[in-house]
Amino acid sequence: MSNILTVFKRELSSYFATPVAYVFIVIFLLLAGTFTFYLGNFYERGQADLLPFFNFHPWLYLFLVPAVGMRLWSEERKSGTIELLLTLPITMWQAVAGKFLAAWAFIGIALVLTFPIWITVNYLGSPDNGVILASYIGSFLMAGAFLAIASCISACTRNQVVAFILTVVVCFAFLLAGFPLVLDFFSAWAPQGVVDAISGLSFLNHFAAISRGVVQLRDLIYFGLTIAFWLYASAVVIDLKKAD
Amino acid sequence: MIETRQLTKHYGDLKAVDGISFKLEPGRVLGFLGPNGAGKSTTMKMIAGFLAPTSGSAVVCGHDVVDDAIAAKRVLGYLPEGAPSYGEMTPRQFLEFVADVRGLSGAKRGQRIDDVVERLHLNGVLEQPIETLSKGFKRRVGLAQAIVHDPQVLILDEPTDGLDPNQKHEVRALINRLAHDKTIVVSTHILEEVHAVCGRAIIIANGRILADATPAELETRSRYHQAVSLTSANVAAAKEALSRVADVAAVEIDPQDHRLTAFPKPGRQIFVAVNQALQAQGIAVSELQLEGGRLDEVFRTITQAKAEEARA
Repeated sequence: MSNILTVFKRELSSYFATPVAYVFIVIFLLLAGTFTFYLGNFYERGQADLLPFFNFHPWLYLFLVPAVGMRLWSEERKSGTIELLLTLPITMWQAVAGKFLAAWAFIGIALVLTFPIWITVNYLGSPDNGVILASYIGSFLMAGAFLAIASCISACTRNQVVAFILTVVVCFAFLLAGFPLVLDFFSAWAPQGVVDAISGLSFLNHFAAISRGVVQLRDLIYFGLTIAFWLYASAVVIDLKKAD
Repeated sequence: MIETRQLTKHYGDLKAVDGISFKLEPGRVLGFLGPNGAGKSTTMKMIAGFLAPTSGSAVVCGHDVVDDAIAAKRVLGYLPEGAPSYGEMTPRQFLEFVADVRGLSGAKRGQRIDDVVERLHLNGVLEQPIETLSKGFKRRVGLAQAIVHDPQVLILDEPTDGLDPNQKHEVRALINRLAHDKTIVVSTHILEEVHAVCGRAIIIANGRILADATPAELETRSRYHQAVSLTSANVAAAKEALSRVADVAAVEIDPQDHRLTAFPKPGRQIFVAVNQALQAQGIAVSELQLEGGRLDEVFRTITQAKAEEARA
C-alpha cells in the first residue's frame, strides 16, 4: 500500500511539474463552461439543475482523458525509466495502480474545480443536490474507465501521439456501444445475445443512469470492473512488451 | 552474492543470452566485456529482475530473481543502460522517491541521501530539474539512486559511458571504494576500465561466455605478452639483430611510427637476450619496453574468432 502511495505521489507531482497540468485544467474548465452555457442553454432552460453541464462530460472526456493518459506508460518506455521503476522493489500491480490513481486524482482535481457552476445553480434556484452529487460520482467513475483504457493503450506503444489517437478511437467505441452506430455493425451477423452484451457496455447508458440521481450497484460494478479489466490488461501488456 | 545457472533469453529465434553460468562472491568486481549486442545488457536485465529468463535461473543473495523477485530487488542496486531518470524531477526529489520505495525513512533516509549526494558531488545541482543537467551529472544521478540504499549487490550497465576522463576516474574510484564488501557487476567496452576496477573479467559474444579470468590472465593470452618493443634510428639493422635472437619468433615494424616489436616463441622470455644482442651490435635504441600484453588484442582475437566460426 505504501508503495502505491509513493508511486502515486511521484506521478501526481510530475503532472504539476510542467505547465501541461495547468493548461489542461484551464482548457477543461473553459470547455465545460462553454458547452454548458452555449450548447446546453443553461439559462434559457430555466431549470435549476446541472444536466446541461454533465451531458457534455462524456464528449469532453473523449479527448481530454486520452490526453492525460497517453503519457502514463509510453513516456516511461520512451525514456527508459520503466526499467528503473520495475527493478525497484515494487510489484507490477503497485506500479500500474499507483500511476493510474495519480492520473485519476488529477482529473478529479479538475472536476472539483468546476464547483463554481454548482454554486451558481444553487444561487439561482434550489436544485436537487443529491442528483448533482450522484452526477459528479458518475462523471468521475466514467473518467476512470476512460483513463484505464488510456493506461492500457499507452502501455502498447512508446509513441504518445499513437497512444492518444488509439485511445480516442477505443473510448469512442465504448461510449457509443449502446447506439446504432456501433450496434448496427454487429447486429447484421452477431447473435442477439452478443449485441445485447455490447449494448450493455455503453459508457453513456451507465453514466446517464447514475446522473439521473440513482446510484445503482450495477452501474458502480460496471465501472469498477471496466477499470479493473483495463488495468489488468495494462499489466499484461507491460509485461509482454517491456523487452522491446 | 550472485549466481546464475544456464541463464538464457530468446527473442523469437534470436538467442540473445545462451546459457550463461557464473558465480560471484562479495569483494570482487566482475567486468562484463563484449561487442555491442553480445548479450551483456540482457544478462544484467535478467539479474536485476527486469526481464524474465527464457530458461535457467539467477540467484541474488539467496533470492531467486523470478520466484522471490521483491526480496532480490531489495538487496540489489541497478543502473540501467543510459542511466534513465525522471527528467522533470530534481535530483533531490528523485533520490527521495527511490529512498521511499526502498523503504528508507526518518533520519536514516536523510543520512543516506546526504551520503550519496556527497559521494557523487551532486550538491551543486540538487534543486535543478534532471533534464537540464549535463550527461555526466545525469549519469551520476543514476549511480546515486543505485547506491542510495547501500545495497549488497550492484549491477552497473556502462557506468562511465559519456563521462569525461576526470569523471570516469572518479566513478572508478567510487566503484573501488564500494567493492570491499559488495558484489559488483560492471559492463563496459572500455578495456582500460577493466584494469582500473575489475578483479575478474568475463568476455561475452553472441550470448555465450568465451573467457572468464582475471585481467592479468587474459593478458597472458595476448601475442604481445612478454614481447619487446623499441624505437631505433637504424630500423633495418635493429630488425636484423632481433631476428637472430634464438627465442624470437617474429619481428614486426609498425608502418606508422616504425616501432619494432619482437615476439617471443611460446613460453620464452626474450628481454635480456634482445638487450644483449642490440648492445653487441652497437645499435642505438632511443626506447626499449617489455610488453605486458594487450587486452584489446585478446578481446579482438577471442570475439572475432567466435564470429568467424559462427559465419562458417
